[in-house]
Amino acid sequence: MHLLNGMTGALIGSAIAAVAILTAPLYVDLFQIMQLTVFAAMAVLALSLGFIWGYGGILCFGQTSFFGLGAYAYAVAAINFGDSTPAIALAILIPVIFAALLGYFMIYGGISDVYLGVITLTVSLILFNLVNSTAGDFYKIGDARLGGFNGMPGVPTFNLPGNPGYILSPEQAWMVTGIALIAVYLGLRVLIASSFGRIIIAIRENETRAALLGYDPRIYKLITFMIGGAIAGFAGALYVNWGAFVSPTIFALGLSAQSIIWVIIGGRGTLIGPVVGCLLLQWLVTEIGAQQAMDSNFVLGAILIVFVLLVPKGIAPTLRDLALARLARDKPMPADTPTTAKVKT
Amino acid sequence: MSVPLLQTSGLTIRFGGVTAVDQVDFTLKEAELRCLIGPNGAGKSTFFKLLTGQLRPSEGHVHLRGQDISGARPHEIARQGVGIKTQVPNVFNAMTVQENLWIAARHKHTPAFATELTDKILSELRLTPIATREVGQLAHGQRQWVEIGTVLAGEPELILLDEPAAGMTHEEVERTADLIREISRTRALIVVEHDMQFIKMIAKTVTVLHQGAVLIEDDVARVLEDARVRDVYLGKGLAA
Amino acid sequence: MDIAIIVGLDVVSGIASLVLISAGLAVIFGMMKIINLAHGEFLMLGAYATVLSVSAGVNIWFAMLVIAPVFVGLVGVVVERCLIRFLYGRLVDSMLATWGLSLVIVGGTTMIFGNTIVGVSSPLGGFQVGAYQSSLYTPFLALMALLLMLIVYGVMRYTRAGLIARAVMQNPGMAATLGVNPARVYMATFGIGAAMSGLAGGLLAPIAGVVPTMGAAFIAKAFITVVGGGTSILWGLISASGLFGFINQIAAFLTTPVFGEVILFIAAVILIRMLPTGISGRFFKGRL
Repeated sequence: MHLLNGMTGALIGSAIAAVAILTAPLYVDLFQIMQLTVFAAMAVLALSLGFIWGYGGILCFGQTSFFGLGAYAYAVAAINFGDSTPAIALAILIPVIFAALLGYFMIYGGISDVYLGVITLTVSLILFNLVNSTAGDFYKIGDARLGGFNGMPGVPTFNLPGNPGYILSPEQAWMVTGIALIAVYLGLRVLIASSFGRIIIAIRENETRAALLGYDPRIYKLITFMIGGAIAGFAGALYVNWGAFVSPTIFALGLSAQSIIWVIIGGRGTLIGPVVGCLLLQWLVTEIGAQQAMDSNFVLGAILIVFVLLVPKGIAPTLRDLALARLARDKPMPADTPTTAKVKT
Repeated sequence: MSVPLLQTSGLTIRFGGVTAVDQVDFTLKEAELRCLIGPNGAGKSTFFKLLTGQLRPSEGHVHLRGQDISGARPHEIARQGVGIKTQVPNVFNAMTVQENLWIAARHKHTPAFATELTDKILSELRLTPIATREVGQLAHGQRQWVEIGTVLAGEPELILLDEPAAGMTHEEVERTADLIREISRTRALIVVEHDMQFIKMIAKTVTVLHQGAVLIEDDVARVLEDARVRDVYLGKGLAA
Repeated sequence: MDIAIIVGLDVVSGIASLVLISAGLAVIFGMMKIINLAHGEFLMLGAYATVLSVSAGVNIWFAMLVIAPVFVGLVGVVVERCLIRFLYGRLVDSMLATWGLSLVIVGGTTMIFGNTIVGVSSPLGGFQVGAYQSSLYTPFLALMALLLMLIVYGVMRYTRAGLIARAVMQNPGMAATLGVNPARVYMATFGIGAAMSGLAGGLLAPIAGVVPTMGAAFIAKAFITVVGGGTSILWGLISASGLFGFINQIAAFLTTPVFGEVILFIAAVILIRMLPTGISGRFFKGRL
């Protein structure tokens, strides 16, 4: 199975997107560049959930736990080291370790489906409550005060690797975030096409059969969960880089709900779907927030209901199915093995 | 006397008040073909699940080549060389026929060899014309064949087939019988079936289960003539 | 000694509070096996109904005990007809759709009433325990929780409606062949579950800040109490509320209220890991 099989579309699309990202500052104003930067950071979070849910079959209601841990890890490390490179590494490492522990606890305990969703949601609330109550000078790691419900302001943003003095400009931060999004997307596409990817899809399709073929579903799910944690943590670092700020609301129900909604609307079972869903809905929420007539919760909730009931596959798969159906109409049906048999008397 | 391939001793499982498999002693030699029959609810599929690790026994042991595998996890037992085609097909619906077999073959082999082995089995089972079809879209008989293909691709030494002929056309049933005879030249098989014509086509020794326990184990001709076997199939209870 | 009484009262209050806020969700989960994530918003609507009625001059007891449950019960029936009935058997989809519903209700309420906190004052006074002040509302809530449990038990065990409900719970297909219309039972059940949540919201209005987003504080606790309790409505609810309420209040007493919540959540995670089918999945199997 050639790994790059079927990836031509993705590669071309990524190349075009990369060009668009790198040239954007030429024709898009700074304010919008900053908007797009946070959208892109969130899209990486969406990819992490889309991957573990759509391909691994792991419904995690608290993916923001890893997003928030990554964000806080970056903030604490950046303040202490004064250099973003080790901070980004920690933003990935800490969530991975946490995912390994939590994942082991749940997956090797036989927890799956809804109950895994319940536990992960509860964990994000635990983190929210814990971090929220860390106000005061007592709560600090090294030089970084956690700040409790006030959050951590003035977090150092990305600098050029090896040169802590060179802080990236907002345009450069945008390019890094946008290219990172593309890189994560392509990386996941390659992973999905690999043996590992095929196996986790098989486990999602029929865990029993996968086990009966000799695969231990637990280790594959655990590794998938950890990969999701790593990507979400990385997204957290990108997010803090954008705003130079992090607060406990990153762990609250609101963002968890939104992450789930992005994946459902965009299309579970694809990678581009969650990205599309995320970008679309974030843009929508921003537009709604700017006017007074409609409340954004109201609109998001209505969209979620409509999609769960009427468009359960989400935007990307539905569009793809429509496109395939149109193409199939012009092609003859493939020949099949003859199944009619003559009855012998 | 060499160690038998499979041996169960006093194998029992209870669900609440129901004893689904009752003190079963069962022995299978290397490359032996055994048929397992019995009325509905006799415990045949449950017995299989105890062999594959899908269920843990309440009592008793399962030995594979002398090694105790009772209560081991399904993937561990599969790695010891046990493959099963389950009563209700367990296949990867969203994947193609080719991918289903490839996943099975990949466990022991490199991607390239897995592709080779897959192509070989696809052509042996005459599945090549539908190799790129999604398994969820196939007819029941075809899905059974795909599942058999995945079992073969795992290259097991003991193959359990739970109702392999179910939902198949007459021509497919004959091909299945041929396949089973072919496989049993080199590997051990236990076949559960209701179709007595099919049993007659392939069987040598037959074990009959009734209410979880072994009723009789003998040559196929004698078993099919035995009055007790007819009685349990017709639902007449046996005197204790 | 006084401290012991105060802590005891806190524990009772915590348990009673969990019982009240979880009862409606437990009925719906136990009967229909769906998880209604808009449950917190039903509570919120009950609280709003109470506050608005009181400011319109209605007697507070009437507002809390009659208007709140009836109003939210009707809302529940409408929701069941328009949304829930398409989701039976689809556990994950029901969670997602009701999450959407909760956002819709929060958003809608915000659009109508804005974000300011409203409230009603407690209709009961306080009392002294040694050097400590306590509110009479606490034992009142405990009494209401107890009454609610007794009513549920009484209805389920001794009335025809309860018998029908239990039959549909255990085997809807069979109940249908005996002439029961499961759809109507589900509609009534969801309405009653909603009404119970509305009642809880009304009862909590005097002690909670009433704001469109107040549901969020309750949904998590109610959710883990119901999942931890299992599908047995009464025994699941009592055992989980008892266990979690106790742990929560004792932990809050020993540390801070916030850590009390954290310990509660951690206890819930451990419980669900050990008993995925809930306490009543293991210990009170088949009981009401």
